[in-house]
Amino acid sequence: MDKDENSPGSAAALDKYSGAPAREGAIQLSGAEMVIRALKDQGVKHIFGYPGGAVLPIYDALFAADGITHVLCRHEQGAAHAAEGYARSTGKPGVVLVTSGPGATNAVTGLTDALMDSIPIVLLSGQVATHLIGTDAFQECDTVGITRACTKHNWLVKDVNDLSRVLHEAFQIATTGRPGPVVVDIPKDVQFKKGAYIVPDSVRHRTYKPKTDPELGAIVKAIDMMANAKKPLFYTGGGIINSGPQASRLMRELVQLTGFPITSTLMGLGAYPASDPQWLGLVGMHGTYESNHAMHDCDLMICLGARFDDRVTGKIDLFSPNSRKIHLDIDPSQINKNVRVDLPIVADAAKALKEMLHFWKTQRRKVDAPALREWWKQIDVWRAKKSLSFRNSDTIIKPQYAVDRLYELTRGRDVYITTEVGQHQMWAAQRFKFEEPNRWMTSGGLGTMGYGLPAAVGVQVAHPDSLVIDIAGEASVQMTMQEMSTAVQYDLPIKIFILNNEYMGMVRQWQQLMHGGRYSHSYSEALPDFVKLAEAYGAVGIRADKPAELDAKILEMIDVRRPVLFDCRVDQKENCYPMIPSGAAHNEMILSDADDGTPTEEGKMLV
Amino acid sequence: MQQKMPRTERHTIAVLVDNEAGVLARVVGLFSGRGYNIESLTVAEVDHAAHTSRVTIVTSGTPEVIEQIEAQLRRLVPVHRVVNWTTSTPGIEREMALVKVSGSGEKRVEAMRIGEIFRAHVVDTTHNSFVFEITGAPFKIDQFIELMRPLGLVDVSRTGVAAISRGPEAM
Repeated sequence: MDKDENSPGSAAALDKYSGAPAREGAIQLSGAEMVIRALKDQGVKHIFGYPGGAVLPIYDALFAADGITHVLCRHEQGAAHAAEGYARSTGKPGVVLVTSGPGATNAVTGLTDALMDSIPIVLLSGQVATHLIGTDAFQECDTVGITRACTKHNWLVKDVNDLSRVLHEAFQIATTGRPGPVVVDIPKDVQFKKGAYIVPDSVRHRTYKPKTDPELGAIVKAIDMMANAKKPLFYTGGGIINSGPQASRLMRELVQLTGFPITSTLMGLGAYPASDPQWLGLVGMHGTYESNHAMHDCDLMICLGARFDDRVTGKIDLFSPNSRKIHLDIDPSQINKNVRVDLPIVADAAKALKEMLHFWKTQRRKVDAPALREWWKQIDVWRAKKSLSFRNSDTIIKPQYAVDRLYELTRGRDVYITTEVGQHQMWAAQRFKFEEPNRWMTSGGLGTMGYGLPAAVGVQVAHPDSLVIDIAGEASVQMTMQEMSTAVQYDLPIKIFILNNEYMGMVRQWQQLMHGGRYSHSYSEALPDFVKLAEAYGAVGIRADKPAELDAKILEMIDVRRPVLFDCRVDQKENCYPMIPSGAAHNEMILSDADDGTPTEEGKMLV
Repeated sequence: MQQKMPRTERHTIAVLVDNEAGVLARVVGLFSGRGYNIESLTVAEVDHAAHTSRVTIVTSGTPEVIEQIEAQLRRLVPVHRVVNWTTSTPGIEREMALVKVSGSGEKRVEAMRIGEIFRAHVVDTTHNSFVFEITGAPFKIDQFIELMRPLGLVDVSRTGVAAISRGPEAM
């Protein structure tokens, strides 16, 4: 153990490993009071939760607490997604408070979502009293057992004297290194018991020490590879967003200094401004033609904070066959996981980018300008395909048109976008042009339908004066629709922009392309009247059926300072293109229904 | 990497962990959750004052899978160190087994004789049974068990592999 943990002034005396006696005058608090005190010491302003029997002492302490706003959600999954939206739009950890048993199990989807997308979440759950654990008590479940696989780390705190240390460790682990969700499970008797409280500064974890500084040798090699590249490409991801705004700034500088083209994963949108000519658009299954062809043909791939997900790589043995690959990631386990790379850099993105810029400038590096000109010429040929174009209609609202109009009419405003999962999510990712990081909240890794509405609640809590829009589908949004009630209660003017095609659109699209048009259970024969539903919640309902009325209705939605359910009735049969069919390579994209996208048997096996 | 036929290799990995509640479940859950194999696993506290335990895992997989296993183990919060005795440092591997053989007459004498050849100790005996304690590399124990099978083998309990590096250094 580090000796300095017991330095004068620290109250680390309760460290279970040091066994040192309790420091004179350490603050005595009940477990529940410690939770509130720890949240304040960690700078928490908002928590999302739902009370219940096993968490009542903490709710009681919260009743008297000032400085912390509790947002009562309508379901623990909603609370977890709201915390995710809060975290992703602010860079601060999202905090969730739930009860034992169903409270904890309901939050599991949100925790898994946060784990897959590396979102810092601290979930505090009540547990039955320690003497009841293991007796199948009322509302008992093995919360640490259930959440072990969907958290970065979790704890069951059986001794109140461990509680404050664990709470501070929980914040440290959730927010540092590769961020992720953590769970602290607190039995009810521990919430009542008194113990000594220690402050955050005195907690230093003895095994958890994430490496964030890059090895300079690797940085120098990287810029050497960049200077010699003939067909380079930046492939960036959520790691840039998670590292903080500084990483985005440094990356922009590096991209502009080199003049290299840049593409991004779904998670990384906004890190680089979409209006810039070096931006190629989204990469992967529904990425642009130019992005995917550039990925396939590049001779140097500079992967910054992305993880070679199967939605990005397509068929792995046909993935970018002739490129050398640099992979910057804060998590060493991501290196060589799906794709072998030539140069790994394990570090925080901002720190590594800072060094790359430093060495590029001080070593007066130059790119291979003639080769780069040729490369851009080729990219322009791919761009000329205009792979995001679609056939518009005067009579029926095309979903792409709806997203385009939403983008145009909210342009220049202080806007945050969340999404659900499916076709609408891909259209939003393709067409909405993000200029800043932390403006785009979507469930990437887990693909959680029902993410967007509660996430919008969380974003609006963090940014009360901003325009927060959930680009939704009518199927997804019904999964967490109850959170409209939360939005109304807290006067959160979120806009739920539903592209309503009455189908689970992406399921329908795959059934059309891969299952012979057998639309097995992907059509919702009964749907609520979303306008009436909005009114029932005390929100505003707006419907648009015709392209001609769309602009006025969108402006009406933007202008009303109340939560809105917008029922945008769109073409039921529109498919999301371009698309790399399952089992195909990046240069085998289909651009429209006219292309033959008949999948191979192997491709059908993939999701 | 994809063109080659996958080569499965056997590796022995030592993991030094904080001996806290659920730590073994984290290690085992990692293997089951990601579809890795565990051929054997041993765990015990090795430093009572520091509350550290050592987990020794014998696993098999392609070199890429083994690399992932090590990286994923290092990601677990209570893990201090991960060492692969198969790739990094030459290590010594030992396993202990208790082997019960039941029989009489010539078979019983033969079991006793083979036990001596393998330097197994008899730790329990009746008129018609022996319990052998045998220590060695896993393949030696495999061999011993195979030889005992026709001689009246009734029960086997194995500890799994414990491993340590050669030379003066700690793991």
